[in-house]
Amino acid sequence: MSTSTHVGDIARSASTLRGYLHGLPGVDRVGAEARAAALATRSIKTTAKAWAIDLAIRMVDLTTLEGSDTPGKVRALCAKARRPDPTDPSCPSVAAVCVYPSMVPTAVAALDGSAIHVASVATAFPSGQAPLSVKLADTRAAVADGADEIDMVLNRGAFLSGRYLDAYEEILAVKEACGSAHLKVILETGELATYDNVRRASWLAMLAGADFIKTSTGKITPAATLPVTLVMLEAVRDFRAAAGRQVGVKPAGGIRTSKDALRYLVLVNETVGDDWLDPDWFRFGASTLLNDLLLQRSKLATGRYSGPDYVTLD
Amino acid sequence: MRAEARLPVRKTYKLFIGGAFPRSESGRSYVVTSVNGDFLANAALGSRKDVREAVVAARKAFPGWSGATAYNRGQILYRVAEMLEGRRDQFVAAAAVDAAIDRWVWYAGWADKLAQVHGNANPVAGPYFNLSAPEPTGVVGIVAPPDSALLGLVSVLAPAIVSGNTAVVLAAEERPLPAITLAEVLATSDLPGGVVNLITGRVAETAPWLAGHLDVNALDLTGVADPDLAVTLERDAAENLKRVRRPAEVPVDWNAEPGIDRMVAYLETKTVWHPKGV
Amino acid sequence: MRFQYAPAPESSSIVDIRSSYGLFIGGEFVDAKDGELFKTINPASEDVLAEVTAAGASDVDTAVAAARDAYEHRWRDLPGRDRAKYLYRIARLIQERSRELAVLESIDNGKPIRESRDVDLPLVAAHFFYYAGWADKLSYAGFGPEPRPLGVAAQVIPWNFPLLMLAWKIAPALAAGNTVVLKPAETTPLTALHFAEICRQADLPPGVVNIVTGAGETGRLLVEHPGVDKVAFTGSTEVGRAIARAVAGTRKRLTLELGGKAANIVFDDAPVDQAVEGIVNGIFFNQGHVCCAGSRLLVQESVAEEVLDALKRRMATLRVGDPLDKNTDVGAINSAAQLARIRELSDAGTAEGAERWSAPCVVPDKGFWFVPTIFTGVSQAHRIAREEIFGPVLSVLTFRTPAEAVEKANNTPYGLSAGVWSEKGSRILAIADKLRAGVVWANTFNKFDPTSPFGGYKESGYGREGGRHGLEAYLAR
Repeated sequence: MSTSTHVGDIARSASTLRGYLHGLPGVDRVGAEARAAALATRSIKTTAKAWAIDLAIRMVDLTTLEGSDTPGKVRALCAKARRPDPTDPSCPSVAAVCVYPSMVPTAVAALDGSAIHVASVATAFPSGQAPLSVKLADTRAAVADGADEIDMVLNRGAFLSGRYLDAYEEILAVKEACGSAHLKVILETGELATYDNVRRASWLAMLAGADFIKTSTGKITPAATLPVTLVMLEAVRDFRAAAGRQVGVKPAGGIRTSKDALRYLVLVNETVGDDWLDPDWFRFGASTLLNDLLLQRSKLATGRYSGPDYVTLD
Repeated sequence: MRAEARLPVRKTYKLFIGGAFPRSESGRSYVVTSVNGDFLANAALGSRKDVREAVVAARKAFPGWSGATAYNRGQILYRVAEMLEGRRDQFVAAAAVDAAIDRWVWYAGWADKLAQVHGNANPVAGPYFNLSAPEPTGVVGIVAPPDSALLGLVSVLAPAIVSGNTAVVLAAEERPLPAITLAEVLATSDLPGGVVNLITGRVAETAPWLAGHLDVNALDLTGVADPDLAVTLERDAAENLKRVRRPAEVPVDWNAEPGIDRMVAYLETKTVWHPKGV
Repeated sequence: MRFQYAPAPESSSIVDIRSSYGLFIGGEFVDAKDGELFKTINPASEDVLAEVTAAGASDVDTAVAAARDAYEHRWRDLPGRDRAKYLYRIARLIQERSRELAVLESIDNGKPIRESRDVDLPLVAAHFFYYAGWADKLSYAGFGPEPRPLGVAAQVIPWNFPLLMLAWKIAPALAAGNTVVLKPAETTPLTALHFAEICRQADLPPGVVNIVTGAGETGRLLVEHPGVDKVAFTGSTEVGRAIARAVAGTRKRLTLELGGKAANIVFDDAPVDQAVEGIVNGIFFNQGHVCCAGSRLLVQESVAEEVLDALKRRMATLRVGDPLDKNTDVGAINSAAQLARIRELSDAGTAEGAERWSAPCVVPDKGFWFVPTIFTGVSQAHRIAREEIFGPVLSVLTFRTPAEAVEKANNTPYGLSAGVWSEKGSRILAIADKLRAGVVWANTFNKFDPTSPFGGYKESGYGREGGRHGLEAYLAR
C-alpha cells in the first residue's frame, strides 16, 4: 500500500480500481474478532464511565425508520433528541435525528434553533434496488427539504458482482447531489459477509468522497458488530495516512446498551485515537440505546439502579 | 393430632422435544406398569407427527451442537453426569444408575479425544498437506434397548451425541419412565434444546416413520427385538442411504466397556488436501 | 489521551494468603525437617506476601516416600474411572475458585489479572478436564493395549505460568496412574500451595500429589533422588542440560521443556493489522516471560517499514502497570534478577549497534518494570538475536525470500516455536514444513490448548505436553 495516493488515478478504470481494492491487505477473521473481543474486556469505571456515557449521548443519531412513521412520531423523537432527560438539563443533546426523506420537513421544523443535525436516509433505502435517477431524486428531495446529512446505501448488487466502478460512480453522483450536506455511505456489512469485503467497500466509499462510512441500515442482521467496526476504523486510519483526509465512522443497528456503546468507544480510542472521539467523526445509529445511556447516567449520578419508568418512551 | 402419611404429588410423563416437554399431539397415552403389574403412570403414546416434530427439532439443533467446541460438548455432558448423580434415588435400581452415570462420564471424556484417535494426517505421495478429520453425520434416530432402561439408553445415546450429532430416541416401550427422567436431567444440564429428543410409545408404530424420514442421517436399531421389523426398518432406511446400525446378534452386556465403535458409527471422515509451496 | 480509563482494580480480598506455608506431603501441610524459610514477594510492589518453606534433603526424601507409598497402595491400582473422577473434581474446583486463583497468581507472579483470569485459569481447568478423560481410556491412546504408569514423577516448574505449568505436569501424570512430587519456582510458590488445598477439597488420596517448595537446591535434590522414576522439567536450557547429565545411566525417564528464541515471520502478503497484533501478543504477552515467545521478528524487507510503523503505533496503546488493574496489558517483571538480565541484554543490544525504541509508557516507582522495547537493525550475530532475553524485548531482522526466512528462523540451537504470517495457505504450509520448531503458529501466536501437543526441537528440549502425545511421557513402554 503506497503512502501517497492519487485518488483520481485509482478510479480511472474498472480494472485499476479493482486492482487497488484487491491489493489492500487481507483481514484475518479470527485475528480481527479476537482483537475486538480483547478490547471488549476493558473495564470502564467511575469518572471514565461518566465521561464516556456523556460522549456517547452526544454521538447518537436518534433514529426512526419505519413504514408507520408519522409527523407525530417524528416530533416526539425530536423533542427527545433536544432534551433526552427532562429532569436533568445538564444531560447533553444528541448529534442528529435520522428519518426517511418524507419526514425531513417535520424534523427540520421540530429541531429549528437547535444544533442537532437532520440526517435523512436516501437512495431507495434500505435495499438501494432502484434506478440511479430515482436514487438521485430521492437524495435531492431530502436535501432540498433541509436535511444536512444524507445516509445513502452502497449498491451491494454492483459491489458483490464486482462492478466496483459502477458502485463508485454512484457514490460520486450522490455526493454531488448532496451539495453541502455531508454524506454517509452505508456499506450494509451484513450483506458483504467477509471482512475483506468490508475493507474494500470502506476504501471504495472513501475514494468516492464519503464523509462517513456506516455499517448498516439496521434492517437486517447482523448489523453493527465490534469486529466489523474495528476493520472500518482501521480503514479510515489508513485512508487518512494515505490520502490526507479524515472520514468518520458510524456503527448502526443492534447497539442497545451502554455497555455496547462504551465498547465501541474503546475501539475508537485504541484504534484511531482522540481525533475520532468526537460527534463530528463518530456516531451511533440507534434508538433504544439512548434510554439505556440515560439509565446508566442516572445510576452513576445517584448510586441507585434506575428503571424504565424514569426514562421517556417516544 | 392423627399422623397421616403425606400424599405425594405424582409426576406426569410427557415427551421431550426441542428442550420442552409437550404431550403427544395425538392426545393418547398408554399404561406403564411395574414388573409386578402395578400401575405406575400413563406415558405419552407418541405419534408420527411427534416423530416429525422431533426430527425438525433435532435438525434445528444440529448446527449449534456440531459447531460447539469439543471442549464445550464435553463440559455439558459432564454436567449431565453431575445432574444425574443428584437424582440417583429417582431411579429404581441403584447399581444400574451408578453404572449409567459412570458410562456417561466415560463418554463425556471422549468429546475432545475422538479426533485424535479417529483422525490423522495422511502421508500422501506429493507436496500436499492432507488431513482426515471426523465430523458428526447429523441427525441420528435411535431405538433404545428394551432390556436396560437406563444403562442401555445411556449406552446408545451418549456415543451418538458426544461428537456433535443430535438424536431422536424411541424409548423402551414397556419401561419408558427412566428415559423421561433422563430427559429431565438433560433439560437442566445446559444441553441445548433439540440435541436430544425423546418419544415414548409403541416402537412398531413410530420406528418406521423415523426409518423412512429423509432428513435423518443415521439409524440405530439396537433396541428392535423383532427381527422382521428390523429388516423392514433397514430397508426403509436405504431410501436416503442412512448409516444403519443393526441390532446386536448376541445380547449386549451393557456393563462391559463399550469400545469406540458406537461413536465411530455416526462419524463421517473429511479429508482435506492443501498444496504446500511458497 | 482524552479517554482515560479510571482505575479498575480487581479486589485482592477474594484470596486469603497465609503468613507462612509448610510443605504439602502425604496430604498434609508439614514443617520442614531440615529446610529453611524464605520469602515470596509481590513483584509489582516488592511487598512480602508470605514465608515459604525450602525443603531440604530429608524433606525431599519424605515427600518421595509419601508419593511411593500412595502410588503402591492408593493410586496405581485404582481403576482409571476413579482416577478420572478425582481429576474431574479437581477441574471443577479450579473452575469454582478460578477468580481467587487468578488474583493470587497475579499477585505472586506480576502478570496482569486479565491474563490470569482469561488465559491462565481457563487453560488450567481445561487441562485437568482433558486428562481426566484419558485416565480410563489409556488403551485407546496408541501406547499399547494396557499401558502402565512409571511410578513417582519428580516435576520442577518455572515461574512464568506457575499454575498452568503445574497443570501441564500433574494432570497427565495422574491420569496415567503416577504420583508426583512437584517443586514450584521459588518466586511463585503460592498458587501451587493453594492447589494443595484443592487436592484436599477433592479428597484426593494422600500422597498422590506432594508439593515441596524451595529453590534450585531443592530442585536438584528432587531430580537426583533415587526413589524417583520420572523427571519432568520446564525451565532454562542451562538447568535442563544439568538434569540430563544427572539422570544419565539411571532408569529415570526424562522430558524437558526449555528455552526458545522463536522467529515470528511476517511476509509481504500478511494480514497486516492482525500480524501486528500477533507480533505484540508474541513478545509482550506475559511480559515476554514465555519460552515460546516470538522474540525475533523476521519481516520481509519490502514491508518492513510499514509493519514497524504500525507496530510502534500499536505499542503506544499498551498499558503497563498494576497487575491487579483489569486494564493492564503488561505487568511486572517477576524478579529483580530477571529485570537485571533483561537490562543487561538490552544494553548489549545497543552496544552491538542495534537501534532501540521503547513504548512511551510511564511505570510505577516501586516494583520491577521494563517497558516494551524493540530493537531494529538486528542481525543474527547479535546477542539479542541469539540469547533468550525472557522479557518484553523484540529483536527485528529482515529477509528477502522465503528460503532466507526459513534459514534465519532455523539458525539457532533452539527450536521451540515459530510464527508465519501470510494470506497464502500453501506458503504457510510449505514454510511450516521446513521450520525446525515443535509448534508453528500461522496467522496467530501464543495459542494453547490441552489437546494440542507442545514441546521443542533441539535445545528447546524433548517430549511433548498436551494432547494424546502428552501421555507418552508418563507411561511405561
